[in-house]
Amino acid sequence: MTAALALLLLCLLLLSLAGLAATRHPWLPQLVRYGCAAVSAGFAGLGLAGLALEGGAPLLLPVGPPWAPLSLELDGLSAFFLVPLGLVGLAAMLYAAARETAAMPRRLVPYPLFLAGMALTVLAADGITLLLGFEAMSLASWALLAAGHVEEERREAARLYLGFALFGAACLIPAIGLMTGLAGDFSFAALRAAPPEGWRAGAVLLLVVAGAGAKAGLVPLHPWLPPAHAAAPAAGSALLSAAMTKVALYVLARLLLDLGGPAQPLWWGLPLMVLGAASAVLGGLRATQETDAKRLLACSTIEHVGLVALGLGLAAALRAADLGPLAALAAGAALFHLLAHAVFKALLFLAAGEMLHGAGARRLDGMGGLIHAMPLVGWCALAGAAAAAALPPLAGFAGEWLLFQALLAAWRVGALGFQILVMAALAAAALGAALGAAAMLRFWGLAFLGRPRTPRTLGAQEAAPLPRGVLAGLAGLAALLGLLPGPLLGLAAPALQRITGHAGLPEFTLLSVSASAPAADYAPLAVLLLLALAGLGLAALLRRLSPWPSRRAPPWDGGFTAPPAHLPFGDPATQPSAAGFAQPLHRMLGATLLAAQEDLRAAAPGDPAPARFESRFEDPAGRWLLAPLARGRDRVAAVLERLRDLGLRQFIGLALGTLVALLALLALWPSLWPSLWPSLWPSLAGAA
Amino acid sequence: MIALSGLPAQILHLVLMLALAPLVAGGVRWLKARLTGHRGASPLQPWRDLARLLRKQPVLAENASPVSSAAPYLALAATLVAAALVPGFAHGMALAPLSDLILIAGLLALARCALVLQGMDAGTAFGGLGAARAASFAALAEPALMVALISLALLAGSTSPEVIGGVLQEGGQGLRVSLGLAAAALMAVALAENARLPVDNPATHLELTMVHEAMLLESSGRHLALWEMQGALQLTLWLALLAAIFLPFGTAPAGAGPLAWLLGLAAWGAKLAVLGGALAAFECAIAKMRVFRVPEFLGAALLLAMLAAVYLFLSTGQA
Repeated sequence: MTAALALLLLCLLLLSLAGLAATRHPWLPQLVRYGCAAVSAGFAGLGLAGLALEGGAPLLLPVGPPWAPLSLELDGLSAFFLVPLGLVGLAAMLYAAARETAAMPRRLVPYPLFLAGMALTVLAADGITLLLGFEAMSLASWALLAAGHVEEERREAARLYLGFALFGAACLIPAIGLMTGLAGDFSFAALRAAPPEGWRAGAVLLLVVAGAGAKAGLVPLHPWLPPAHAAAPAAGSALLSAAMTKVALYVLARLLLDLGGPAQPLWWGLPLMVLGAASAVLGGLRATQETDAKRLLACSTIEHVGLVALGLGLAAALRAADLGPLAALAAGAALFHLLAHAVFKALLFLAAGEMLHGAGARRLDGMGGLIHAMPLVGWCALAGAAAAAALPPLAGFAGEWLLFQALLAAWRVGALGFQILVMAALAAAALGAALGAAAMLRFWGLAFLGRPRTPRTLGAQEAAPLPRGVLAGLAGLAALLGLLPGPLLGLAAPALQRITGHAGLPEFTLLSVSASAPAADYAPLAVLLLLALAGLGLAALLRRLSPWPSRRAPPWDGGFTAPPAHLPFGDPATQPSAAGFAQPLHRMLGATLLAAQEDLRAAAPGDPAPARFESRFEDPAGRWLLAPLARGRDRVAAVLERLRDLGLRQFIGLALGTLVALLALLALWPSLWPSLWPSLWPSLAGAA
Repeated sequence: MIALSGLPAQILHLVLMLALAPLVAGGVRWLKARLTGHRGASPLQPWRDLARLLRKQPVLAENASPVSSAAPYLALAATLVAAALVPGFAHGMALAPLSDLILIAGLLALARCALVLQGMDAGTAFGGLGAARAASFAALAEPALMVALISLALLAGSTSPEVIGGVLQEGGQGLRVSLGLAAAALMAVALAENARLPVDNPATHLELTMVHEAMLLESSGRHLALWEMQGALQLTLWLALLAAIFLPFGTAPAGAGPLAWLLGLAAWGAKLAVLGGALAAFECAIAKMRVFRVPEFLGAALLLAMLAAVYLFLSTGQA
């Protein structure tokens, strides 16, 4: 099976090469896209197969440096993460085949490389391969963003993204180095056998949370995420949000919970819990405020990633407290939620792409009433939005239910400080989830309901058959996932075993899931059945009691007079705008958390000038992280600028000083070099 | 077998919930009128309103989508399922194994989402205003609800109201401070969720101050009847839920037979009457808050719930 996966990776590399020649052969671009879709389907299928059957030994690839050959392995955790990757890749590439038919190689080549990078990260069986895949993923996704470089907004987004990608690499590479230590064996088996201890453990934790957390979009390393998702094409946003953040979460789970985790103390899970809870609140709140559909969805991604990270951190802490079943519950919640999020967020981003294509608008203020123009896209987006809003019995609810159950049971750890932290995390998760739900209602309601906000909206068209099929398939999958959390978590047992040392709960059954035998059950199939019975019963009853057909009339609107004839959609000012709908939360929470401000400049009495109203907010990460960084960069640049004015003598002195310092270092610690590069040293010495 | 023996009680419970819901809403309204020195409409008035609405032809806005005609059914169905999961005059009914407070909150959220979308469907000013406010209040009420759940889950080891009621009935002496605080928090959440004073005024006629009613301005005929029923059922559900958790005495086992049921019914009726009376008295004594004061109200509920949980952490830690 691992060999088949290696072949699929090779196929992706060949497809990216084929993409380079795309301008010469008109059929090549479509071949690349459909090829990527087929390979993604293969990933999903092999991932499922890998969960059902046990994978074999690591496969050594015939490439890489002699002291650390690249290796692949399909264990439970890898197999589980291959499934969302494959599903999202399949949907996104099919969508790209239908909508992004312009054959510019720079827009085409990054896709297969991006997919290959993500798959390589997930399949890696040693630290070097993991880093290689992670960096390939970063660079390919940057290329995807930078392909739209003609627009200033996209250039800006790509630059910010590259900065954070470099920061991630700068954290992850030393983290892997610290985990490997002086032994020099990068394979996961060796890393697992010698988990970091003491100060090295703390440093590894910090570096991995910063490096992979920046890629996952954890607060405060999330500022790249909304602009990047807004700048990418629809399929690219779907891949970024639904697949790449999952790969970053995989790196977190692999390095912290599997390789570094087994014998760690309670505080090992705390950074993930704290950052996850903060991300849930901040992401949810920003999602209720954004006026751009894709930025809104990206902020909702921050919220859901936060919930998943909270689950992973909780699992690590519970495992440290020897509460194996509860740790499996928390990890199961995290794994289920990330799979569900991958499906419904891919659906929502592709629907946003369809809205952009059909209605020509990305801002919510340019939409309205789209359900009449594109009903199928509307209903599919509603399924995705309802799943993201955690409404039962859809996919989002099951994951959040499991997470809340784990949080409600985590007081068993016993330490008062941890209990209070869990309580705060629970409040934050509940607030974040509820804010996310409000954001999803706002997104769907403003885009699809109400009156058109621009004439262009009326010209919107229903999606073509292929995108329609992709959207409907994803909506069906979101519903199916929500109905079958038990079997899915049963299937994920090998992954749970890897990250918690406990293979799931016996209470994960076909019909219901539960935290423990005495705790409450959640049986989504029964809930769906009851809802259907109640709804159909009501419909049948009302048909008998009140059989009158409904009649159409102008809206009542509190008795306002009908709009004049030159306003065919009514007065646009009387329909809530995106900022207007956000206003209650803008004032209630935004003022404290987002430094939200409102400016009302009313004209003096008697002056016919219009009143101006402006509301704005600022992400705290922008003010406290990016702005100081930019100031620091300017200061460093100013200092370095002074270096350019040095005279010739000073330049020579500088170069000589550096050389002497390096030689002195080598002279002082002659033993340092062989121990840093143990496998490399003999070969170098032999060559000399 | 258990499910079968609990089936008659379950059906009776659902029928009673549906029959009593308008009476509870009407009774609270009547009592409020009496307490403020008015004569007040009969408690049966909501039932008469429902019958009248069912006789009328529904009018939909010209640009209304299928959401307007489907949302009331979905909302009432979700509330109905949630109502079936709350213990009433009996415990251990057919659907008791499904009963879970997070699921009930989720089903009520489903109903609320349907209502919010209904408010936005016609694209009117008041509907959108009410929808935005309702969605915001719900987001603020959720943390208080979940944190209040910690205390209950810690005491009972489960989030099922059945189990919690059973454990609290057996008695946990010395833990009453926490329970009192959690009850206060849950009551504040209940007021916000049901759009009662001081969060929203159910009797207002001024559209600008409406939250819940503003979303229903475009509904008429059977759709409005469904929404009215949903609101009344949700209020009854919350009263029954508070009774099942904090006043768990006197409920009959579901399979116990008609005589025990009668006792259970009497106790349940008394509990609903007490809680409804308390609601009416509270609403008479308090004024509606400004919209932007509501976060303080729900924030206070969150603090109470946190205090309850911390008390419990401390007391269980020492034991």
